[in-house]
Amino acid sequence: MASVSCNECAADIILADGTEVNEIIVCPECGVDLEVISLNPAKLEMAPMEEEDWGE
Amino acid sequence: MTSVSIIGASGFGGGELLRLLLAHPGVDIKQVTSRSHMGEYVYQVHPNLRKQTMLKFSDPSQIEAVDVLFLAQPHGKAQQNITHYASLAKKIIDLSADFRLRNADDYEQWYGEPHTAPDWLGKFVYGLPELHRDELANANYVSGVGCNATASILALLPLVKADLIDLSASVIIEIKVGSSESGALGNIGSHHAERASVIRTFSAFGHRHTAEVIQELGLDNISLTMTAVDLVRGVLATAHVQVRSGVKNKDLWKAYRSIAKENPFVRVVKEQRGIYRVPEPKILAGSNYADIGFELDESTGHIVSICAIDNLMKGSAGSAVQCMNLMLGLEENVGLEFAGLHPI
Repeated sequence: MASVSCNECAADIILADGTEVNEIIVCPECGVDLEVISLNPAKLEMAPMEEEDWGE
Repeated sequence: MTSVSIIGASGFGGGELLRLLLAHPGVDIKQVTSRSHMGEYVYQVHPNLRKQTMLKFSDPSQIEAVDVLFLAQPHGKAQQNITHYASLAKKIIDLSADFRLRNADDYEQWYGEPHTAPDWLGKFVYGLPELHRDELANANYVSGVGCNATASILALLPLVKADLIDLSASVIIEIKVGSSESGALGNIGSHHAERASVIRTFSAFGHRHTAEVIQELGLDNISLTMTAVDLVRGVLATAHVQVRSGVKNKDLWKAYRSIAKENPFVRVVKEQRGIYRVPEPKILAGSNYADIGFELDESTGHIVSICAIDNLMKGSAGSAVQCMNLMLGLEENVGLEFAGLHPI
């Protein structure tokens, strides 16, 4: 299991065994989508998320 | 089992206290008083408590000694009788504004009249566990908290504790409040025809709760603007703050996360999905949680920091019970773990 820091909020994220490159994970602290761009070393990148205005 | 009584239990704050204390596993309610409802069953005033208790409202003059005495009277009453109340209970928690401020001059400035028991001001601990947890554990006298002050303080607490605020700029807090904040006794402004559907700014500057924020956070350059909105319960504090040069989003996350980890009833709400992406009072009705969140404009250093609470819970009775738990050496969250309703 590799540990990596969230690009948005700097929370520590543990990558589970079996995590694959290009997999999208969700930060448990701030909820952003992160793409695993490398495993050795572990690196993440912000993944695009939908923008919305809640219908306002 | 700890014996407790409530002086002035027919108001909204007293009713909320009763709801919490009736379900609390560590306390036994002895008496609840009300001059205007003496002899009536509690559920006749607080209908949500039907089948929860067969207590009747007692005469305040017949109150007996207990372990913990809660005072939930209108502002100005507790200070007139505090010596008598202290003879009845070793521990007192006063929900009113009478003992929130440490300084008698400040009290007179903000409340417009001299305090009648100024010697007692220094004996009380301000009843917000997020600020005074260790002192509360050893306190015999604890003040309540202003609901608007609570929302304001918790919106700013991560920034103050991490020393992230540029103190050369003003801190401006816009507060939206529900109607229960004005108490159980109606007035012309709370008449349904006048209060329903409003977005009414009723205090641009100088609201009394400002004094608590200044005292507790040590910020002088701060103003609160109060706006009544079409809610029964709820406070939303939206603070506009300038942060120090170079502060980044990750610094803020660290500061907010730290406060949430230290305090069982504070949650960071800054979501990327769903409808509830920022703190909202709607889903906090009846719960003791305070939700905090933020957005930073990194190009200007302007942060909008938000806190939502239920004014009768975290802003009053919930914090009071949280304080009682600490004063009695109980787990802080006993009797307060209700999560709130959704949808509501």
